[in-house]
Amino acid sequence: MTTATLPPLTKKDFQTDQEVRWCPGCGDYAILSAVQSVFPELGIPRENFVVVSGIGCSSRFPYYMNTYGFHSIHGRAPAVATGIKIARPELEVWVATGDGDALAIGGNHTIHMLRRNVGIKVLLFNNRIYGLTKGQYSPTSEFHKVTKSTPFGSPDRPFNPVSLAIGAESTFVARSVDVFQAHLKDTLKHAAAHRGSAFVEILQNCNIFNDGAWFSLTEKDARSEHILQLEHGKPLVFGKNRDKGLRRRPDGDIEVVQLGNGITESDLVVHDAHHPRPSYAFLLSHMEHRPGFPTPIGVLRAWDDLPRYEDVMKDQIQEVIAKRGAGDLGKLLRAGDTWEVK
Amino acid sequence: MSTLAEVPLVKHKKEVIDRAVIRFAGDSGDGMQITGSQFTNTVALYGNDIATFPDYPAEIRAPAGTIPGVSGFQLHFSSNEVYTPGDAIDALIAMNPAALKVNVGDLRANGILIVNSDSFKETDLRKAQMTSNPLEDHSLDKYRLFAVELQRLTRASLQHLGIDAKTMDRCKNFFALGMCYWLYNRSTEPTIRWIEEKFSKKPLLMEANKLALKGGYSYCEATEAFQTSYEIPPAHLTPGLYRNVSGNQALALGFVTAAQKSGLSLFLGSYPITPASDILHELSQYKSFGVITFQAEDEIAAITSAIGASYSGALAITTTSGPGMALKTEALGLAVMTELPLVICNIQRGGPSTGLPTKTEQADLLQALFGRNSEAPIPVLAASSPGDCFWVALEASRIALKYMVPVIVLSDGYLANGAEPWRIPKTEDIPPIPVTFATDPHGFLPYKRDPQTLARPWALPGTPGLEHRIGGLEKQDGTGNVNYEPLNHENMVRIRAAKVAAISQDIPNVLPEGDLEGDLLVVSWGSTAGSITVAVKAERAKGRKIGHLHLRYLNPLPSNLGDVLKRYRKVLVPELNMGQLLWVLRAKYLVDAVGLNKIQGRPFKQAELEQKFDEMLGL
Repeated sequence: MTTATLPPLTKKDFQTDQEVRWCPGCGDYAILSAVQSVFPELGIPRENFVVVSGIGCSSRFPYYMNTYGFHSIHGRAPAVATGIKIARPELEVWVATGDGDALAIGGNHTIHMLRRNVGIKVLLFNNRIYGLTKGQYSPTSEFHKVTKSTPFGSPDRPFNPVSLAIGAESTFVARSVDVFQAHLKDTLKHAAAHRGSAFVEILQNCNIFNDGAWFSLTEKDARSEHILQLEHGKPLVFGKNRDKGLRRRPDGDIEVVQLGNGITESDLVVHDAHHPRPSYAFLLSHMEHRPGFPTPIGVLRAWDDLPRYEDVMKDQIQEVIAKRGAGDLGKLLRAGDTWEVK
Repeated sequence: MSTLAEVPLVKHKKEVIDRAVIRFAGDSGDGMQITGSQFTNTVALYGNDIATFPDYPAEIRAPAGTIPGVSGFQLHFSSNEVYTPGDAIDALIAMNPAALKVNVGDLRANGILIVNSDSFKETDLRKAQMTSNPLEDHSLDKYRLFAVELQRLTRASLQHLGIDAKTMDRCKNFFALGMCYWLYNRSTEPTIRWIEEKFSKKPLLMEANKLALKGGYSYCEATEAFQTSYEIPPAHLTPGLYRNVSGNQALALGFVTAAQKSGLSLFLGSYPITPASDILHELSQYKSFGVITFQAEDEIAAITSAIGASYSGALAITTTSGPGMALKTEALGLAVMTELPLVICNIQRGGPSTGLPTKTEQADLLQALFGRNSEAPIPVLAASSPGDCFWVALEASRIALKYMVPVIVLSDGYLANGAEPWRIPKTEDIPPIPVTFATDPHGFLPYKRDPQTLARPWALPGTPGLEHRIGGLEKQDGTGNVNYEPLNHENMVRIRAAKVAAISQDIPNVLPEGDLEGDLLVVSWGSTAGSITVAVKAERAKGRKIGHLHLRYLNPLPSNLGDVLKRYRKVLVPELNMGQLLWVLRAKYLVDAVGLNKIQGRPFKQAELEQKFDEMLGL
């Protein structure tokens, strides 16, 4: 008898015959390509992947992935995915969503999925605009942003998606950028390796309705000044010449310092993504709002010691069966006080 | 000094009667629902047929002693078959002036009225907005009034236990219950068993409640409070093993049975809402059957998680009431579009908006039939009694799984909380629900239909070679690929409609009760079945030519319904709404039916129905 080994999966195995209908130049192409490259490397049979989405440009994603896919309704992907994952914990469930889908109409489902720690991976494509409905502001658009629905500037203050996810105590929170392919793939692999809820914000460019939204982070000359690339166990250093860093202040806050003049890397905060409490990750996620502070990318938080929701549910059922035995329908129907009529 | 044996026993008369309607009424903190359910359980165990009507306020605790805080529990028990909780009541137990004021109007003349006279002080009367004391002003003269010092007597029974007055007073409902057991010749044993189980960890409370119960019983036996007690012999029900069920319990049992009979695991996605929450409570206990209950963050997550579970191969259900149903609307369309099996239970309550959360109404029929954007047909079934909820749950599951469609089950507050004796089916007598999953990649298409049922294949994630995408966008038949072509869309709309319409070939034809043709056909659906059955029987006994047709399937309607409607001179549709089934029947069959409509949060009374029947018959 011989053991048949299946040929390893390739990127091509995850491409569908459907014509991809995003605008030419859209950042979503890059994300699709990265996901299609990472999935075959995870050692998971293709039929066990389910990609779930809501509504919006990003939510077309499942149609282009040759896996099981569910293009649901606006904002509800986390809830549909939760149902799938609870019913079939062995499935590998990924959600593709956008800033409007996950943070406006579906904000409630997003935070509840994260607080429950359902073993689902969420990719939030953040382009800071409503693309499919042609250019209204989104929950991540900047204060005062002029859009089709805010001709005099947006009165809304934006959500920071990673802050929100950390606030909901998501056990894995990361950020990457559509055009940083290597970094994106690496981040996706980290997310895939996480057992609990994994939330990945992907900064994505909508070249039609909000072109250049992330220009300061992606533009070659300026980006090193504005981005802090996080690595677990490494000090928080950034800058074109890697000459700036983040240091703890006595009051517990952090500050940007110039290296040199007696300040060395050993004075800086060493990134600890595995810290059980979310406060440090929150501090990191929030610093980009402060003048002179960089925007962190990479894994902000990866604390995987919390049991997954679907496992808790399954274990509860197993425990009850172990204690009381498997249910007997006849007994159930006859439960309580009964009487015989002759 | 005389010994006990020398005390002359009070002589009581015993009278055998065939039925009684009793109502317990008090403050929502007085334990009236427990008292009523205990009495119900005891008489049901004894073998009477029963129907109950719990009627409680939406507020958890309205100010004590006030009119809005009144909670009631009505029970009709009989030696004959019982269809309703009864119109006029024979015995009323009123724990305070407010309870008396709200309920005494329903007590028949010469009926038994037991009041707690300790709660008729001036402050109590003021809370009930009464200006004179009814126990003294002769306003209750037409009833057999028994003013009992419930508080004093209960305290006297318990004083040796050394518990505080407040705790003693909380036992007075059991004192009253003990009195009722004596009055109707019932044993206190089943309630004593219940108290022992319920308070097993609180021995002092156990003892107090038992003593109060026995105290009430002995008080009647030893005094001349009542001259007569009543005996209602057991009913002649269809032979078999019986238990009591409420509508919500029966739905839960029905879904567990459907899961077992289809070999699927049961998934409930639900968000708490009155009066549906008890289904969630029930099902969350059945973990040993592998039942998964997911208390979602909102009504939308409740149904969409169920859709996800259905997509993954579970028997998926969601339970709610009107306002929740409104929130689930968009997701219902998704289930229609993705053609996934799903059962949605709407336990209707008074509306619109928050409306009357604890009161009954059947005004969500048109919502169930049409309440979605675009052409989104969904089969709709309605339960007719608490026990029927079991069978409707099974039938809805069968249709959902066979045709790959969402199915709506309509129940209401009256069925949900009302209880009746239910003949327990033998599990082997319940037919299996066959389910097949697609496994063969050869020629697989996600929307390739079964030629008979038009159902698409159920292809579960995890099946090699069947990877496919579904969603809310219009799709090409067969391939399921997104498709916006005009003719394809029309074709798909027609297929989805034809699939639901064809279910009419899979459901029984209807046969009216009573006269099969004649002067008047009464058409009903849902929880009004009982009162209409009784009223039609009474009218036929008077020689009127009346038929009664009760509809379980509201979509699709039974194939022979149009023919049946034509066999009568007149058609009457009584409904607890403004005329929703009436509207459907008039539109679909061009029949000049008329409605009898009541929108008071309460069921029909037999008298109201008979009066309308007579009016229709020109009498």
